[in-house]
This record gives sequence, C-alpha cells and structure tokens, in this order.
Amino acid sequence: MGASRAVVVRHVTRIEGHGNIVVDLEGDRIKRCDLEIVESPRFFEVLLQGRPYDEAPRISCRICGICSVGHATASVHAVEAALGITPGPKLRAVRRLNMAGEWLQSHILHVCFLVAPDAFGVPSIVPMVGSHPDVVKRALRLKRLANDICCTVSGRHVMPISYHAGWMGHWPERVELRALQERLIAAEEDLDALVELFAGLSWPVVERRVEHLASLEDGGAYPMMGGPLHSTSGAVTAPEAYRDALHEYLVDHSAAKHVRGTDGTIRVGALARYALAHQRLHPRAKDAAARLKLRADSANPFDYVAAQVVESVQAHQEALDLVSALLVDPAPEAPARPGRPHGGRGVGMVEVPRGTLVHDYTIGADGRIKSANCIIPTSLNLVSIEGDMRAFVPSLVGRPSPEIAHALEMLVRAYDPCVSCSVH
Amino acid sequence: MRPRVAFFSFGSCEGCQLQVLSVEDVLPELLSVVEVVNFREAMDDRGDDYDIAFVEGSLVKPDDVAELQQIRARAKILVAIGACACLGGVNAMRNRRPVTELAREVYDGRQDGVFAALPDASPLSSVVQVNYEIRGCPIDRIEFLEAVRSLIAGTVPYVPPFAVCVECTLRGTPCLLESGIPCLGSVARAGCNAVCPAYGAPCEACRGFHEVPNFEALGEAFFRHGMTRTLAAEKLQLFNNYREVREAWEQAVPSSSAT
Repeated sequence: MGASRAVVVRHVTRIEGHGNIVVDLEGDRIKRCDLEIVESPRFFEVLLQGRPYDEAPRISCRICGICSVGHATASVHAVEAALGITPGPKLRAVRRLNMAGEWLQSHILHVCFLVAPDAFGVPSIVPMVGSHPDVVKRALRLKRLANDICCTVSGRHVMPISYHAGWMGHWPERVELRALQERLIAAEEDLDALVELFAGLSWPVVERRVEHLASLEDGGAYPMMGGPLHSTSGAVTAPEAYRDALHEYLVDHSAAKHVRGTDGTIRVGALARYALAHQRLHPRAKDAAARLKLRADSANPFDYVAAQVVESVQAHQEALDLVSALLVDPAPEAPARPGRPHGGRGVGMVEVPRGTLVHDYTIGADGRIKSANCIIPTSLNLVSIEGDMRAFVPSLVGRPSPEIAHALEMLVRAYDPCVSCSVH
Repeated sequence: MRPRVAFFSFGSCEGCQLQVLSVEDVLPELLSVVEVVNFREAMDDRGDDYDIAFVEGSLVKPDDVAELQQIRARAKILVAIGACACLGGVNAMRNRRPVTELAREVYDGRQDGVFAALPDASPLSSVVQVNYEIRGCPIDRIEFLEAVRSLIAGTVPYVPPFAVCVECTLRGTPCLLESGIPCLGSVARAGCNAVCPAYGAPCEACRGFHEVPNFEALGEAFFRHGMTRTLAAEKLQLFNNYREVREAWEQAVPSSSAT
C-alpha cells in the first residue's frame, strides 16, 4: 500500500459555473475520483409551472447565459410540439441563423478564451493580449461577429427576446442582413487562421470507448435544430421518447443529475456530433477537420477542442448561407397557428453548443405550463467526464499533485462544461 | 495604480459575466485601466486583494451568506450586477413555494449536502451593504463600461430614474399595452433602451422599478386593455418577487383579487 494523497481543485477555473475536482489516491490506487457539482439549485422546472406558455422561452433562457439561445430554441420547440404548431421555412431559417451565431460565439469563447491559455502556458487570455495580440484580436473579432448575429435576430445574445410559438417578435431587416453578410465574408480569413492555430497545438490522449449521442435532423443538415436521437450504437430514439434512452439519477456529490444511456457511458457535444454526422459538414468544415487531423472515431475528450473549431467553421458557413438566402426575400412570414390549442405534451430536443438539450413541457387547456423537465448536455456528460478522469489519473500518478490537478482541470475544461446550466 | 477588480457569482446563469466578456472592441483598453485579479469564469488567478468586487447572482444556498460577507469585508466597493444580485430576479420566483416542496419535485426531497437551499432566494442587499447596482437581465455591456468609468473617476454610476415607456417613445416602438399585451414598461426602470418591446416581447421589469411607479394605474391600464389586474401581479412576480421588492406593489396590485 502506498502513501495516501488527495488532489483537490476547489472551483475549477475557466469553465461556466462552480465545480470541484476531488481525487483520493492510495499509492497508485484511485479511491475516489469525482467532479463535485456544487452550483446552486435554482429549480427552473418548478419556476415554469403555472406560467403562460408565451413566457417559457424567456424564463427558460435564463437557465444559462452562454447557451440562452439554445434554451429559447428548445423551449419554443417544446411549446410548438405541445400546441401542434408547425413553424414555417423562414421562421426555421431565422432561428437556425441565431443558433449558428450562438455556436460560433460559444465555441470561440471556449477554444480561444478558456482553452488556448493552457496551450500557451498562461493562466488566462489576459497575458496573451501582449504576447499573442493577433490571436486575441482575431478571437475578439469573431466573438463580436457571433454576438452581432444574435443581436440582429433576437435583440441580444444573452437572453434572446423575440421567441414566440409560431412567430418571431422581430424579423431581421435587409440592411441588417446585408451588413452581416459583408462581415461574414470578411471573417473567412479569421476562421482560416483559427484552424491554422489549433492545427499546430497538441493535447494529451485519453482513449476510452463511449457511446456518442446526437439529435440528427431529417434532410441531411448538420445536427443543430433537432430530430431523433441517434447513438453510435445504432439506436434511434424519437425526441418524445427520450426517457427510453436517457436515465436521470441523483448522486451525493452533484447538484446536477447524472444520466446514463442504455448501454453505459454516453457523451454529447461537438465530438459526438462529429462522430455521427461528419459527412454532413460543409466542404470548408471538412477541410478544417482534415487540417486538424480529427478522426471520425476519436474517443479522446481533448478532441472536443478540435471538433469545436470544425464546428466554428461550419456555423460561420451556415450563417453566411442563411443570411444570403434570407436576403433574397427578407419579408416577414405569417405566423403559424396552433393545430391543438388546448395543449398537451411537447418535447423540444435541439443541439446546443455543448450537445443535446431537452425541454419537455405539458401545457394545460388554460395555456399554462403544468409540468416541465429539462435535460442539459453537461448533465449528459458528467458520467463520462468522471470516467475519463479515472482513465487519465494512472498516467499522472508519478507527478506532483499540482500537476495532476492542472491536467485534470484541462480534461474537465475540454468538455466545455456549463455547470450552472446543468444544475438549473 | 490601476484599481484591482474581482468578479464573483452566486446563484445565477453567469450571463452578466458573459456580458462583461462581450466588451470585445474595448477589452484591451479596459485591461489597461483596471487590473483583474479574480474572474473564475475566465482566469486561473484567484487574488484576494481587490478594490472593487462585481458580484452576480442571488443568495440561494446556505454557504452563500458567509462567502458574500467575506467578499464584502475585502472589497472597498461592492457592485451588484444583474437582476439576480440586485432584486432576487427570476430566482425569487421560487419564494412563492416552500423549499421542501421544491426539493420534493426536483431532488426526491433531498436537502442535504449539495442539494441544500435557503428558504428564500434573495438579493445581495439582504445580507451586506451594496455600494452600487448595475441593473438588468442581463446587464448591458455599455452600461457596465460606463459604471467602470464612473468608479475609476470616483463618481456615482448613472442609473436612469425614469420609465421604460420613455425609451419606447423615443425609439418609436408602438405601445404593446395598447394592443392588449401585458407590458410593465410604465413602472419599470429604464436603461435598456426598451429593447424587449422593440423585439416583440413585453417589458417584464428586469431592472426593477423607476422612482415613482404607480402600480394602481398599471392594474387599471391592464383592466382597461382587456386584461385582469391579477395578470399585472403575475407579471410583476417574474423579476420582482423577493419579499422586500414585492412589498412595493403587492398592496396596489393584489395577486389574489378576482378582477
């Protein structure tokens, strides 16, 4: 029996929300290896109860600042499914444009602001303002562009405003779309440089077999706006039957519920989408993946970073295509009417930057929400994160504790966890 | 010497800190006038020596109270950022029900360890002295920069004293209330440039109330435009349900009246 030691990181930095890494070692033996989720419960599922359905996207987007567009989208999809509303093509296009903006914003924030400092051996992006000014300026320009896409569609990026079941409270105008189009074209250079930067970086390897899940839409588009839940195991689950595939349960050390799949450890997010739908990527994004040497069967969580860079290229290209298509005829579309105004149950399942997000509502005949359940991508990844920590630790045990702590922080960070979101 | 600045968050979505990171165009300049010593969402640095603390979020779990008191003891100036920190915000919606009931619905009744929650979600001012507030859900990034500028200059950050209706009028947005949409603009504090009505959603008073809100008139206006006074109360619960905030309106717009 070797000496006991504990590796503890209180409040992992450069992630959204509060989580602790707690590892207890006895010699080489791992006694405990947890990602404690100590974020505050806010009880959003209860907050939604009794509220008019029109408020649902605006209340539930407050679950998360970083993926608030994703929550508004899942929420409005759930309401529309419950009321039997089929959104028109232009409404879908505008919402997809907003999601593309959020993907770009969230991925750039993660890879450039939160992860890149690890590659350069600095504690944050702040020292990089002096040491790598071009990298920082590029990241800031891309993030500003992404934010402005969302501002154009929904008034602001954090807490989008214009989401209603069947209609938009605001339609982007020709002059706004034209301005975005110009900036999107100009940004191609920045994205190229982003790919170049990350193609030159290397990360640790933690290979472990897991099941990747993503919600794939019909029609061959890259997964974003939701559809049946596909698994690398071959299983396909309809959104409203998500409970057959995703089993939530409580553990003592996490205020966020853990979730297991039917076979075992599951993963969602950029790497899972890439595994299941890389052939659906735009040629420019495929080219980025080749330059980043991202394998379709990669199970290394550090490859989330490369997959997010690929998806940044994809999101940018989709935004450009959608803006160009909307410019052909930017006139507002007539609202879609409810086919089932007396309500019922509806599930919204979409692909947000960190993976599959589920909002499940039951709406009463009085137009109020009777019950709600939300499953957050970071919750779906928690079991896998801890499994990867366990798989990673044996290769680290010879090192001093602060180095082990740093390596595990990098692993957790690679997943881009959204902790307050996961607790909600 | 540049003032040392720290960011902290309690029960929240961290969206206000994200708004701080959204000052892309001036971030390098901002970093040249302040020294950020603690910002967990974006930095490894964990400095305990700071002049100004920007604090996001509501107090929602037992540990939050001592942690906030410690921040208060260390900071010369404490600034509450966002609706959760200033008003309780959406977090305080839960205060209408006992926490045991919430725990039963979400956590199989567990209230131990990581599941512990305070009986009420509350704003920072319920526990410590708050020097300044930046309102909104989320805060506005330009308003944040203005506040930093004021604090560096040693002046008081400007908070608009008038109603959101003023801003709607100035930007020419047609009145939502007059079309029977439950809008709180007449009692709500401005500063957001009335962005919600302009993008097709009613004002929900995420910045709290202006200097002289008339809640009776709000209830009457709802009634006159075909809605109930109860609906006005229901809308006011969204961001302004913490008990001391609620006191301002609950007599004037009773939530249980049958009208």
